[in-house]
Amino acid sequence: MTEKLTRQPFILRNPSILVVLAVLAVFTVAVTLLSQAYGSGTVPTSTVKVLGKTLCLALAAVAMDLVWGYLGILSLGQMAFFALGGYLIGQWLMYARTEGIVAASLAQNPIPPTTAELQEGVANQIFGVVGSSDLPLVWSFAHSLPIQLLLVLAVPGLLALVFGWLAFRSRVNGVYLSILTQAMTLALALWLFQNDSGFRGNNGLSGLQNIPGLDAVDQATLSVWFLWASALALGLAYVLAAWLVSGKFGSVVRAIRDDETRVRFLGYPVEGFKLVVFTLAAMITAVAGALYYPQAGIINPAELMPIASIYLAVWVAIGGRGRLYGAIIGAVFVSLLSSWFTGGRAPGIHLPGYTVNWVDWWQVALGLGFVLVTLFAPKGIAGVVDRIGPLRAPSPERHAKEAKA
Amino acid sequence: MMNKLSAMLALTTAMALATGALAQDGEPIKIGVLHSLSGTMAISETTLKDTVLMMVERQNAKGGLLGRPLEAVVVDPASDWPLFAEKARELLTVSEVDAIFGCWTSVSRKSVLPVIEELNGLLFYPVQYEGEESSRNVIYTGAAPNQQAIPAVDYMAEELGVEKWALLGTDYVYPRTTNNILDAYLKDKGVAEGDIFVNYTPFGHSDWSKIVADVVALGADGKKVGVVSTINGDANVGFYKELAAAGVSADDIPVMAFSVGEEELAGLDTANLVGHLAAWNYFQTAESDANTAFIEEWKTFIGDEDRVTNDPMEATVIGFNAWVAAVEKAGTTDVDPVLDAIVGVTVPNLTGGTAMVLPNHHLTKPVLIGEIREDGQFDIVSQTEPVPGDAWTDFLPESAKLEADWPGKDCGMFNTQTNACVQVQSNY
Amino acid sequence: MIRSLLALALTLLLAMPASANPALQAVVAENLDQIEKPSRRTVEPLVAQIAATGPEGLALLSAWADRSLGVTDDGRLLIVDGDAATDAVTGQPVPGADPKMLRPNSGVRGIIESALVAGEISSPDPARRAAALASIARDGTAEHLAALRAAPAEADPALAAQRDRVTALLAIRFDPNPAARVAAIEAMSGDVGLDFRAALNPLLATTRVAAPTEPQANIARELTVGQADFPREAAIALLTSQGVLQPRLTPADQRNALAANIVDGSVGGVPVAELSDPAARDRAYEALEASGAVPPAATEAEAEAALAAHRFFEIYAEPDSDVTDAARAAQTGAQVRLAAMTGIDLGLDALSLASIYFLAAIGLAVTFGVMRVINMAHGEFIMMGAYTGYVVQTLVANRTLSLVLALPLAFAVTFGAGVLLYRLVIRHLAHRPLETLLATFGVSIALQQLAKNIFGTQARPLTAPAWLEGAITINDVISISSIRVAIFVLALLFLGLFLFIMKRTRLGLEVRAVTQNPGMAASMGINPDRIAMMTFGLGSGIAGIAGVAIGLFAQVTSELGQHYIVQSFMTVVVGGVGNIWGTLAGAALIGGLSKVIEALNPANTLAAQTFMILFIIIFIQFRPRGIIPQRGRAAEA
Repeated sequence: MTEKLTRQPFILRNPSILVVLAVLAVFTVAVTLLSQAYGSGTVPTSTVKVLGKTLCLALAAVAMDLVWGYLGILSLGQMAFFALGGYLIGQWLMYARTEGIVAASLAQNPIPPTTAELQEGVANQIFGVVGSSDLPLVWSFAHSLPIQLLLVLAVPGLLALVFGWLAFRSRVNGVYLSILTQAMTLALALWLFQNDSGFRGNNGLSGLQNIPGLDAVDQATLSVWFLWASALALGLAYVLAAWLVSGKFGSVVRAIRDDETRVRFLGYPVEGFKLVVFTLAAMITAVAGALYYPQAGIINPAELMPIASIYLAVWVAIGGRGRLYGAIIGAVFVSLLSSWFTGGRAPGIHLPGYTVNWVDWWQVALGLGFVLVTLFAPKGIAGVVDRIGPLRAPSPERHAKEAKA
Repeated sequence: MMNKLSAMLALTTAMALATGALAQDGEPIKIGVLHSLSGTMAISETTLKDTVLMMVERQNAKGGLLGRPLEAVVVDPASDWPLFAEKARELLTVSEVDAIFGCWTSVSRKSVLPVIEELNGLLFYPVQYEGEESSRNVIYTGAAPNQQAIPAVDYMAEELGVEKWALLGTDYVYPRTTNNILDAYLKDKGVAEGDIFVNYTPFGHSDWSKIVADVVALGADGKKVGVVSTINGDANVGFYKELAAAGVSADDIPVMAFSVGEEELAGLDTANLVGHLAAWNYFQTAESDANTAFIEEWKTFIGDEDRVTNDPMEATVIGFNAWVAAVEKAGTTDVDPVLDAIVGVTVPNLTGGTAMVLPNHHLTKPVLIGEIREDGQFDIVSQTEPVPGDAWTDFLPESAKLEADWPGKDCGMFNTQTNACVQVQSNY
Repeated sequence: MIRSLLALALTLLLAMPASANPALQAVVAENLDQIEKPSRRTVEPLVAQIAATGPEGLALLSAWADRSLGVTDDGRLLIVDGDAATDAVTGQPVPGADPKMLRPNSGVRGIIESALVAGEISSPDPARRAAALASIARDGTAEHLAALRAAPAEADPALAAQRDRVTALLAIRFDPNPAARVAAIEAMSGDVGLDFRAALNPLLATTRVAAPTEPQANIARELTVGQADFPREAAIALLTSQGVLQPRLTPADQRNALAANIVDGSVGGVPVAELSDPAARDRAYEALEASGAVPPAATEAEAEAALAAHRFFEIYAEPDSDVTDAARAAQTGAQVRLAAMTGIDLGLDALSLASIYFLAAIGLAVTFGVMRVINMAHGEFIMMGAYTGYVVQTLVANRTLSLVLALPLAFAVTFGAGVLLYRLVIRHLAHRPLETLLATFGVSIALQQLAKNIFGTQARPLTAPAWLEGAITINDVISISSIRVAIFVLALLFLGLFLFIMKRTRLGLEVRAVTQNPGMAASMGINPDRIAMMTFGLGSGIAGIAGVAIGLFAQVTSELGQHYIVQSFMTVVVGGVGNIWGTLAGAALIGGLSKVIEALNPANTLAAQTFMILFIIIFIQFRPRGIIPQRGRAAEA
């Protein structure tokens, strides 16, 4: 990092980072001041939750942009890490909440409960709904928040590491790699769909919005806390990602995207670079998931079907890949727009003899719109920002011409 | 993902449908309709939304409720489970509805439960389900397992002489729990472990050749084989087609379905299904004046002579009427007095009897077994007296000792052995 | 069959002067309740009584079974035929009656049929004899055996064979003479028919008993405690269930006993607060036992003693050991053949699945092989094909004709859609495969939603013509539905057609040239753009035909394509690109593997799919270019 000493601090070289952080801070403060818990109450709790969740999606999009926009791997399995993060934090949320309930109930008995009875009670509460009463092995650490938090990072990270190592080692790339990542998330989803996997099958984990130990705090307050946490995570991850792609490391990464073989011939350990970025992105995505699902309240395997990951790629593409703020713009813009159109609030278009109902037609419009963006605006919305603003993102264009892959 | 986000902003989602109210005084009473209008569940749930709207219209024509008009607030949770929770919160806090009619799948109900209990809402849940739940804030107007699964199995054992059981289901909570209960029940009745074959398939499964062959092979030990199907939705099409192709008729291996009703059969060529069975609490062919009038009214409301009626619609109607009766009894729409008033309320059902709201928030319902006809309707071959719904099944050891008694013990999960309330909130 | 019986009964009725049947009248009057609400368990004597009253009784029975029997408010039974109704007892026509129709369930109908059937075995009409045989085969009794043996010789050879088989099967079950039963078993030994196994297995059913000495019964074998299928716990459970041994103390019982004996905040001298420790609970319980406050629980020593004092046996329900020996021998003989045939059946299933995957993937392989383009909308082309089939079927009533029309039409529709997609989108994204992937994904979601808007979300029926219904059955184990055979043939046809186009036509030559070196091909006067367009259309067209085929055995929904798209990708990737044989190998591998895993884990089809995908992920690690990799310079493109 000698670079830093001789040149300006990297934040100053990238004014876009300051802008993003400033916007994020203003947004968070504004929502807080309008929330029911800390302010005027103009913004209802359900909206605060939506905004908090959107920030988490933006965080996942930043990670996706690292992998796709900078490293050139179109990962169609990114939401697997997102959902894994959610499942792992969900385990603790469910276990701890249920343990409290069961302990309170067993305390009414004349005889104090044994540890085995307590655990049996918890297992029966959690898995009774899917017709089982044993605590599966994968729940061994569910009682401990620190361990589960560690697992939120470790499990997706390890999965990405192993998967990436296998795939990169055998030089699977391009479309093949995309299909393979898709297969990974599908396999994981199908596995989770089974009741026998120990994650309650199709029902998934629910009641996640009730945080154990914080029973006294109402949802209005909790939702703001989670908004802060999400904003903080997004800010930190953005700085981390921007720092990563701005230095020499970033140059090598982009070089790999543009011509992997040449970088390899130059003597760089290409697989190592890919693994680092892929794993890091997986961990960032997992953190996003761990923050998202306590706000959503329920997670089930449908969340990691391949289609979800493809949507993530779509957001990044529309926002403008290869620019970190593009990913944020894409995720926020498309997801909020989608919800506006499918929420039944968008006025229908009345044609003679037929009314275009947006609930039915939004998907069609989105699909076709996406084709148009790909065809005519490959840089996405951020391409527009590039033109109007002096903001110079850590743009790939400085280093390479049009991305080949 | 898009479904998840559909309708995510929660500001003024409510697509308030102004109902044709008469000139009534006072603020309208708002009720929420929380059924998916898009996504995979739309086909089933849209019908229930229309049913609620029809009931609202009918009630307003009668002069409304407590002298005030009713107004339905319709939202679309888009078959996306987290969105159900979000929309429920919105209905209760932004639109401030007094009751919600909604949900279809178990997972959507589990998603809504914490919100409803936190905000003290009132949900009417109109679909047959796996039981093992009784929330203070939910009235379960569909069948509990003892009102559908167990009588159906009894019928197969006694009337069809089935000795060997194939429990086929889609892999999710309703089939899992139902099959667990049936497994315990059948073993109680002396059926050997080896005479119960269980298989779970994914949603939308289409390659049934192997499973049908397995079921046929069950007949190898000379016992009469019967299939209890909790296969969900579209997957039934492929399953019945493969059965027919294998030359299996209802006389050889009868199939008793818990999720196939008039609406599902409307999309099928029923020639091959004749004689197979379904168990519900209502069939369109039920012979009663109330039913004839209801079918007539439904067809007029929806403007389509070919539309069918089905069991969840009846459950919705009963739930709506029970709520109206309870509100009139309580003299207010506030949730707590209505909950106190609703227990014990009796309303006529459409099969010629009455349904009573029990202290465990379930209903008394008759169990009907129907044989599929060529026209996609059912011949009712068996009808019981109304059976009280049992929130906690008697056939699983952990549940047998539990009972729910809302006004009495103020507990949905009361352990009768230790005489203590296990927990007031539900399991999610 | 019931209809024919009814017809017979009616003819008999007409032939006779209409007269009351007092016996029938009495039976009906007495049992009207039961006739209205019959139950399979109790209806049998009533049916026999009615049948004994003569032809009117039989006519009433067949009408009853046919659901054409109604009851009037004043308790008369009417046989209803369309608008006309006749009194079942008197035979008099009853004009303008509005009876409540009776709907006996299929169990009751089976009993009525079986009562009517005995007389039908010797009917002059072969169809009726066949129907009677089928009914007996389904639910035979000892009386049927007697009736079959007493019936005159069967003229029709096929029916005669069937009758001999049914008679032999009934003899195994019901013949009073054990020697005859053994003979019947031995004569059929080696047969793998389901009905034969169904006759044998009940003979070999066993129960387990524990006894101090060898019981007087037909013993299958003696069990040793601790052997693989009879662990110690099973022996103890058996002893407990026979009441020989007291049940062991369960934790719940222990807790309840302790709770019932709390004195001054302690149990048996152990403070209640300490009872969260299992060891403390044991101490407390022992103290209670010692003081006599609770009954002693079964101890390990008692269990040991009971085990030592007993021997364990499996006993046949069938008392005659000759019969069980013969049955066991016959069963063992059939086992190997049965296993082989199950294997063959599994193979057929796998072949069928492979051919479906092949059909679904072939179009994808073509476009991917030639243009390195992954078409995410490929699944939607399959869906379009299926909906085309549905639309044609709603317009053309004749199912054979509609199928014949649907296949080329589906090809045309999806060919057109493919060409359109190529012209509008894909050609503008040349050499940007990942962008193409995303753009076609956009097309995919648009098409899916469009299908939902047009056809609704409910499954639409696409029904095969009658000649494709049913199955090709070799025996009771090996059978495959005709529709799957047809799909297999279709897959073969397309394999042949594809090979023909690629190897024997100008287009194929040009396609191969463009695949290998587009630049060189262009300089030789080939228009790569046109070739790419044609290939894309061809691939899409085949997807459309696959859609019709899939719709015939599965369900037509807007998500139909989604169910097959990932498998199709896998097929292409596993097989290797740009080579039809690779696709074939990939489809065979995936189809076969799915079925094998499914067979290993019959209770959970989802697990099978998960393992299959995991296998593919690992497989790709070792053969990243697929089973049949592309060679030469094109591979580096």
